[in-house]
Amino acid sequence: MNKIISKENFSENVVSLDIEAPLIAKARRAGHFVIVRIDKDGERIPLTIAGSDIEKGTIRLVVQKIGVSSTKLCSLNVGDYIEDVVGPLGKATHIEKFGTVVCACGGVGTAPMLPIVEALKKAGNKVIVVLAARTKDLIILEEQMRQYADEIIIMTDDGSYGTKGLVTNGVENVINREKVDLCVTIGPAIMMKFVSLLTKKYNVPTVASLNTIMVDGTGMCGACRVSIGGETKFVCVDGPEFDAHQVNFDEMMMRLGAYREQEQAAFAKYKEQL
Amino acid sequence: MLNIKNNYNTENISMELTNRTAAWREELRKAMKNKERTEITRVNMNELDGEYRSRNYEEVNQGLNKDQALLEAKRCLDCLNPSCITGCPVNIDIPSFIKNIERGAFLEAAQVLKMTSALPAVCGRVCPQERQCESQCIHLKMGKKAVAIGYLERFAADYERESGSISIPEIAAKNGIKIGVVGSGPAGLSFAGDMAKKGYDVTVFEALHEIGGVLKYGIPEFRLPNSIVDVEIGNLEKMGVKFIKDCIVGKTLSFDDLKEQGFKGLFVASGAGLPNFMGIKGENLIGIMSSNEYLTRINLMGAAQDQFDTPVLKGKRVAVIGGGNTAMDSVRTAKRLGAELAMIVYRRSEEEMPARIEEVKHAKEEGIEFRTLHNPIEYYGDEKGRVKQMLLQKMELGEADASGRRKPVEIEGATELIDVDTVIVSVGVSPNPLIPNSIPGLEVSKKGTIVVNENLQSAIPMIFAGGDIVRGGATVILAMGDGRKAAASMDEFIQKK
Repeated sequence: MNKIISKENFSENVVSLDIEAPLIAKARRAGHFVIVRIDKDGERIPLTIAGSDIEKGTIRLVVQKIGVSSTKLCSLNVGDYIEDVVGPLGKATHIEKFGTVVCACGGVGTAPMLPIVEALKKAGNKVIVVLAARTKDLIILEEQMRQYADEIIIMTDDGSYGTKGLVTNGVENVINREKVDLCVTIGPAIMMKFVSLLTKKYNVPTVASLNTIMVDGTGMCGACRVSIGGETKFVCVDGPEFDAHQVNFDEMMMRLGAYREQEQAAFAKYKEQL
Repeated sequence: MLNIKNNYNTENISMELTNRTAAWREELRKAMKNKERTEITRVNMNELDGEYRSRNYEEVNQGLNKDQALLEAKRCLDCLNPSCITGCPVNIDIPSFIKNIERGAFLEAAQVLKMTSALPAVCGRVCPQERQCESQCIHLKMGKKAVAIGYLERFAADYERESGSISIPEIAAKNGIKIGVVGSGPAGLSFAGDMAKKGYDVTVFEALHEIGGVLKYGIPEFRLPNSIVDVEIGNLEKMGVKFIKDCIVGKTLSFDDLKEQGFKGLFVASGAGLPNFMGIKGENLIGIMSSNEYLTRINLMGAAQDQFDTPVLKGKRVAVIGGGNTAMDSVRTAKRLGAELAMIVYRRSEEEMPARIEEVKHAKEEGIEFRTLHNPIEYYGDEKGRVKQMLLQKMELGEADASGRRKPVEIEGATELIDVDTVIVSVGVSPNPLIPNSIPGLEVSKKGTIVVNENLQSAIPMIFAGGDIVRGGATVILAMGDGRKAAASMDEFIQKK
């Protein structure tokens, strides 16, 4: 059982939770994730660790309400307990001095990007963050990003904040302006796909953090499998980060839809009960 | 024969239960002639009806009643040199427990089992006895059926559990030495039980949120009810074994962390949980999954039951690829989830199937179709990416291969296209690299198994390993045997220091 120590609402649908998990707080590195089971009847869902406080023994998870489990998690309050939290899982982000790195993130993908930006900066890189969202209210963690980023470019679909346009417009502007040695992208699969297509055009090495369906998160089942350069890999143990130019994003998006009908039915039923 | 003596306090009681020359036992042997004993027909297990049980999760085998057990126990000749014991990976004193049943001392029979086995109710259910203890029974040499050792083991263990007076094995004085176990599957549990008996302070670390490994996520309720596994785990807790869930050694806690906390030995029993896929076209379509995923969703996560959040794809036409016990478990589960067609697709013939004969029989009784000498070569999906058809290559048997089994060979041009909406891939497992990769200095083979010496000791002296992480995918009882052996070796290693 893991206690919720603090909670912050980033927006109507996005919540940040600090959860007591001292061993994970100590062991985790940028890029790691945890598997969470909210209650006894709950499913196991993967969530990337957005930060930790070793002294307090807490890890930070940023969750967006999209279905039954995420909504259950967002509705928990300080003092409530989560049934199971296991981790840190996956391979940590490979950090070294690359030169100039563009970090392209969208939506809740911004949260797991934060520790990567921090680590890249500490390794001596010039870090440019492209922060994208549909609208101004959905831009999160801007201030925290500013602590480490050399530059922040904000993109909104509707132009309500920063520059109007997509994350790819922001990334392309940087590439046209200066030499980029690496791009890191975290966000919805469709966003990562288009970032990858763009950087491939410019030959900029790109790493994407994949967010597939998982069950155990320890390499036991293969629910999270993806095709990387034509080979099947398990995101939970071989990833979650891969060379974006090798990822079969279309297959990955197709597989993400495997349980869409059941998920929608369960969510409708859950909302009815509330 | 009685190697138990070395590992177990030879208190009067234990001796009395296992001493072949004890008065009660001499008397039993004299009570009946061997000829009369061999003429008794082997008992049949009571089972639920095939049609009825294929629609629910009730345990198929119903166990023996007292009369059946008493009669079956009479068949055992109480051999002077019982070869059955050599067939048992944990060397249960088989004649002693059976003779206790014969004299009606059922609780004592259970005590004998627990001297060497941490999980008798589990082994009595899932061991392939026909290839182990029962394959060595003297009756076979006389052209008769072997004594039903597995059924009797299950009877004694079940009797004890249901009696409510479960005995805890004798435990040596606590020595205060901390020992860690990675993984709570059969190897880890068996090791933990033995080390607790020897007086060690044992902590088992489990990555999942439930204790039991494959006994919980893999083997279904209709073959091994979780409640039975829980009782056996409860016994280990009563013996002082501590269990920590949601904890991955090498990830949550490093090997150095454990050393700092004063652990003097570590037994790695993390299993071979990495499922193999065939690497054929279309295998990543929706609706195609490993047996591990399918069974974990259903057995561990409660998918298919209303109140649980985990979903599962309930197929109408389900193909399970493979011929092992996991394949049988998967296909019988699919039938119970309402599949109209649930079939096994296996590239060799039924004779070569690695599954237990009993499981194949049960599957057939439940209406499972068998398509042997067929092998999938490609899957086709619909516009949403869900599998809708599979192309099967027809096979024939050629020469025997290195494993001694006849090799399946493709019949050129002979293929068959079959409509399916769910495919469960059950073609074996590989060692999970998660733990080996997390402990620097551990020697690992090309296949990913941890390299150990004959004492199950790894390249790092304080780390021992056993079960599937050393063997690749094997059986529950072999894993338990390794646990027992590793406990004896580690004890010797620590005591020598």
